[in-house]
Amino acid sequence: MSIITKLALAAGLATALSSGALAQDISGKVVGFSQIGSESGWRAAETSVTKQQAEERGVDLKFADAQQKQENQIKAIRGFIAQGVDAILVAPVVATGWDDVLQEAKEAEIPVVLLDRGVEAPEDLYLTSVASDQVKEGRVAGQWLVDNVGSEDCKVVELQGTVGSSPAINRKKGFEEAIAGHDNITIARSQTGDFTRSKGKEVMEGFIKAENGGADICAVYAHNDDMAVGAIQAIKDAGLKPGTDIKVVSIDGVPDIFQAIAAGEANATVELTPNMAGPAFDALAAYWADGTEPEKFIITESKLYTAADDPEGEYERRKGLGY
Amino acid sequence: MSRSLRPLLATAVIFAIAYGLSVMQFPGMFSTRVLGNFLTDNAFLGITAVGMTFVILSGGIDLSVGAVIGFTGVLVAVLISWMGLHPLVAFAIALIVAAVFGGLMGLAIHALEVPSFIVTLAGMFLARGGASVITQDSVPINHPFYDWISDLLIRLPGGGRLSFIGLLMIAVFVVGALVAHRTRFGSYVYALGGNTVSASLMGVPVARTTVAVYMLSSVLAALAGIVFSLYTSAGYPLAAVGVELDAISAVVIGGTLLAGGYGFVLGTFIGVMLLGLVQTYIIFDGTLSSWWTKIVIGVLLFLFIVLQRLIFAASAPGEKVAEKA
Repeated sequence: MSIITKLALAAGLATALSSGALAQDISGKVVGFSQIGSESGWRAAETSVTKQQAEERGVDLKFADAQQKQENQIKAIRGFIAQGVDAILVAPVVATGWDDVLQEAKEAEIPVVLLDRGVEAPEDLYLTSVASDQVKEGRVAGQWLVDNVGSEDCKVVELQGTVGSSPAINRKKGFEEAIAGHDNITIARSQTGDFTRSKGKEVMEGFIKAENGGADICAVYAHNDDMAVGAIQAIKDAGLKPGTDIKVVSIDGVPDIFQAIAAGEANATVELTPNMAGPAFDALAAYWADGTEPEKFIITESKLYTAADDPEGEYERRKGLGY
Repeated sequence: MSRSLRPLLATAVIFAIAYGLSVMQFPGMFSTRVLGNFLTDNAFLGITAVGMTFVILSGGIDLSVGAVIGFTGVLVAVLISWMGLHPLVAFAIALIVAAVFGGLMGLAIHALEVPSFIVTLAGMFLARGGASVITQDSVPINHPFYDWISDLLIRLPGGGRLSFIGLLMIAVFVVGALVAHRTRFGSYVYALGGNTVSASLMGVPVARTTVAVYMLSSVLAALAGIVFSLYTSAGYPLAAVGVELDAISAVVIGGTLLAGGYGFVLGTFIGVMLLGLVQTYIIFDGTLSSWWTKIVIGVLLFLFIVLQRLIFAASAPGEKVAEKA
């Protein structure tokens, strides 16, 4: 638990530092951004948000889409170095094989910031990395449930992500950590829904049948919003009211879940922010201003959204991002 | 002869104009750094394209090269990182495996009289599937020998660097050009691409040449795979997907006739550099979608097919070449 507290503190500190550094003017700086591609809605949203963040700060963003290929990313980074950009952002497609090109960037004195994924390279080759803490996401979701059921008995069913994938493992772990010590909350059933809407619906239908037509289920925890949307459909089909009869909590913060929250059919979501570039720019601003070395691992905020957080507005803000 | 040099000249002129225009817009593109990057970043593509030039000159096609690059990378990484072999031993094994693989494809093409397209398509699936069966993940290579090679570079004034793999590509091009234009094997390859029947009547050993051409292509693809593993210090089963198509484009843009029998290894070099130039331009611009690379390559390819047709029709009216093209 002490490590967790430290991480949380580090994250808090990073946020505090970055908000202080926001005052630094970095307009006119040229920053290259090597993106993996646009394989998922979240990835597309990350690209849009990065461009927005750059524009807000007056940064000239050079964008290169690697079409899922590492060789294209390496070429793009080399191209950025040759151009003499002021900094480089990379969302690395694989973890290995970056040493040489990062070394080249370092020799050219161009700071590199990794976004949302790490690399297996010596830490001194990059300035910092910005990523989410998946265990924390699960913990925030679990904590919401703990706060909301009080002392009543609550049987939870869990829709896991793809078996063996790191978000599935970590989001499960975090949730279990949060409900540990609250004996009234138990995970009754847990199965994989493969992160998809259709599989989420199917598995939830099975859960409802197995748990007395759904009457025994108090809440569903889905490792991503898509499965939650599927589960909501299954709950409706069973003649129950999602959000009321069965609470729905999930992770990601995609536009559709905000619509469901606005309609009262889902209760809470934990956002995996597509804004990895904001903290990266803040860290760079501080670094350029007075050479402040940022934390090596900047952890993004895992913010909880409920019906109280203007879900309609959140939906409107997100729908144009490419999710 | 001078007339038949026209496609090569056309490629060179287009490259010079395109590079000149790019430099006018982004002066930073005329630097030792960018020139060094041209060689380093395109090393694996260039080496593959030399093999592809021979295959296309002989009238065939090799779709397996991208997969062979991926397979070789994984094989080399596994041999070094999991089995503890020295990289040089792993390289030798990989090259031998590729030679056998390419030889078998050549044998199948000749003996079964199946189009090279189908045989090498099967080869592509085999190699890519094989690589993915060995491992699905990227296997890192941490060996002092790899560090030593990546430190082996010539620093140019202005921050540019000539890397080992970039120089290796140039060496492969020089040797490839000598083999194509100065050896008996080279003339066999041209004869084969001109017309298989008359080649065999003239005493060209068709079977031997066909096997050798595909063997050469696979070995060079494996060498490109080794270069790719040096480039990324890892082996990844999904590496270099679609590189076969880039290599074919480079060869055709370089002025080699897709139907075979005519072309230059040097043209392929300019073709590779032209592809690299397009990518670099788009990175320098930084606002264009990277998919414009594909559009430009598509336009260039089409342009060259039309250009070749026109030149051959104009320079040799009524000759066989014109009908073939």
